[in-house]
Amino acid sequence: MRLEKRATSSAAALVLAPIGAVVFTLLVSSVLVWWAGAAVTETYALLLKGGFGSVFALSETLTRAVPLILTGLAVTVAFKARLFNIGAEGQLYVGALAAVAVGGMHSGTGFDLPPALLFGLMLLASALAGALLLLGPALLKSRLGVDEVVTTLLLNFIVLLFVSMMLDGPMKDPLAMGWPQSVALIGDLELSKLIPQTRLHTGLLWACALAVVVWVLMRYTVLGFDIRAIGANARAAAFAGVPVTRTVVLVAMLSGALAGLAGAIEVAGRTGYVTLDMSPGYGYTGIVIAMLAGLHPLAVVAASVFVAGMLVGADSMSRAVGVPTFIADVIVAASLIAVLVATLMTQYRVRRA
Amino acid sequence: MMEVLDMLAQPAFWIAVLRIATPLILGTLGVLLCERAGVLNLGIEGIMVAGAFAGWLAVYGGASLWTGVLVAALTGAVFGLLHAFLTVSLALSQHVSGLGITLLATALSYYGYRVSFPKVSTPPTIEPFADMDWLAIPVLAQQTPLTLLALLLVPLLAYVLYRTPLGLAVRMVGENPQAAEGQGVSVAAVRTGAIVAGSALMGVAGSFLTLSAFNAFFFNMVNGRGWICVALVVFASWRPGKALLGALLFAFFDALQLRLQQSSGATLPYQMYLMLPYVLSIAALVLVARKASYPQALMKPYRKGER
Repeated sequence: MRLEKRATSSAAALVLAPIGAVVFTLLVSSVLVWWAGAAVTETYALLLKGGFGSVFALSETLTRAVPLILTGLAVTVAFKARLFNIGAEGQLYVGALAAVAVGGMHSGTGFDLPPALLFGLMLLASALAGALLLLGPALLKSRLGVDEVVTTLLLNFIVLLFVSMMLDGPMKDPLAMGWPQSVALIGDLELSKLIPQTRLHTGLLWACALAVVVWVLMRYTVLGFDIRAIGANARAAAFAGVPVTRTVVLVAMLSGALAGLAGAIEVAGRTGYVTLDMSPGYGYTGIVIAMLAGLHPLAVVAASVFVAGMLVGADSMSRAVGVPTFIADVIVAASLIAVLVATLMTQYRVRRA
Repeated sequence: MMEVLDMLAQPAFWIAVLRIATPLILGTLGVLLCERAGVLNLGIEGIMVAGAFAGWLAVYGGASLWTGVLVAALTGAVFGLLHAFLTVSLALSQHVSGLGITLLATALSYYGYRVSFPKVSTPPTIEPFADMDWLAIPVLAQQTPLTLLALLLVPLLAYVLYRTPLGLAVRMVGENPQAAEGQGVSVAAVRTGAIVAGSALMGVAGSFLTLSAFNAFFFNMVNGRGWICVALVVFASWRPGKALLGALLFAFFDALQLRLQQSSGATLPYQMYLMLPYVLSIAALVLVARKASYPQALMKPYRKGER
């Protein structure tokens, strides 16, 4: 078997490939549903209904999509420049800690600043915290050639232990009856609800706006051009005069900042404080989302809604027919692999050797 | 200080070091084999979960312990075959494919566990490997046969890599696939073989956790051990002997932090001790970075006839 590059790939194929891949994944996964002893069509119907079938379901899905959009964008920006940031999970947590440090400590006085200013400071602090966390691995990569995949992965574990330490120590909520949770954000900083009586908050607007900002940045600015040039061929970009090290450092700051903001917006919009389980792997799922979206910032929003819908739908489906919720994780992971293969097939054709 | 020295003098400490090192040795050798052939395998974290689950499930279902190990190896090999198809046959990004396999293998294992045991609150247990009491070597006598297997695999892999035509082929496709192809070596076949064999080792590494270290399967039981192995391979400069050394060194610090945590003089928060192995891994990477001799074709997909 041999792959041969296609001269052109049709626009229809580019759109249909990911959809076909997801349908294929659902067909294959039905074997697992059948293994669990449930009716396949009923299970999938419940999965869809639980994720998208009502205003409440949709509000839960969109709430879940907010952090995923932001971590998905963080990964997209980094991967575009071939900076393999696998540390969005850790960056999210330091962002969340920074948000509470600014907006919740000091007995909830908020430094006696006007709420709007404090809110801005809070976002800035969390973006900075995430950016700084990724700056280390990015510098180690460009200065010493240390592989960033391993360093960012290991930092996730270090950060989680650090969060646990903070929740036991200086940021512990004394009123939490021994539950490991941080002091709460002051009420003024909490994001308002988009739909009353649901959990959906204005963080969704922030996330979508940032997706547009990232898209414009990548598409229409010099920095975006440099990022794409480095992603295509770092050596050629350097010859053409692209400042590679500086661009990679900027990409790292941007990527880390986006993941840090995911933490701040989760705290301000949903939880109100930091816990050790506030992110069930949003940082890692962000990688899946970025790849499902083909590293396109606007497609990240759609991919996030799809993945969030699967995760939310699996919860209610599982309660009804007893298929374990992990089926959603299987579908998401298998979709990633199927989409990769399908996208490749739009660029190459298979020939007998 | 005296307390630490006292601790190091006890055989129990060194028994713990070797036990902690075992899955790391097996996993590191697996990663090393894949990377020597030029392919990064970030699937290790998930493959270890799948090996731990599949091996344990087989034994729980009545198979012998060694059959369980074999099942774990085969499970690893199957995921390795998938990784080889994606990264060698299709030449997709090795980073992304590996992460995808980690997510898929983990999700499938957790799903399989929940389908098999829907309503258990305490994990069902098996009778794990016993210590090798018949062995007259102290410290090693208190280990299970899987540790012995791991230790024996180190010289075996070194021999195969450096002293056999097969090992030469593996190193060639990892350094210069074009030249290897020119010598009549099939890059695709050698890389696929190395990934499948390496992934089988990762599966066995996982099975050590459920068939030897513990007697049950838990969620999050691999807990980053796979990623540590990826770091250890860099630290070891892609050499089996140094990989053993790195795994033992890591295990030494892990055992040390566990003891320090429980010792009476512990004044720091316990999380600081738990961080130590991860911090040291990063420090080790930074230290060796300047003289690291990466396999030249590592992470470079190879498409025949394409530059």
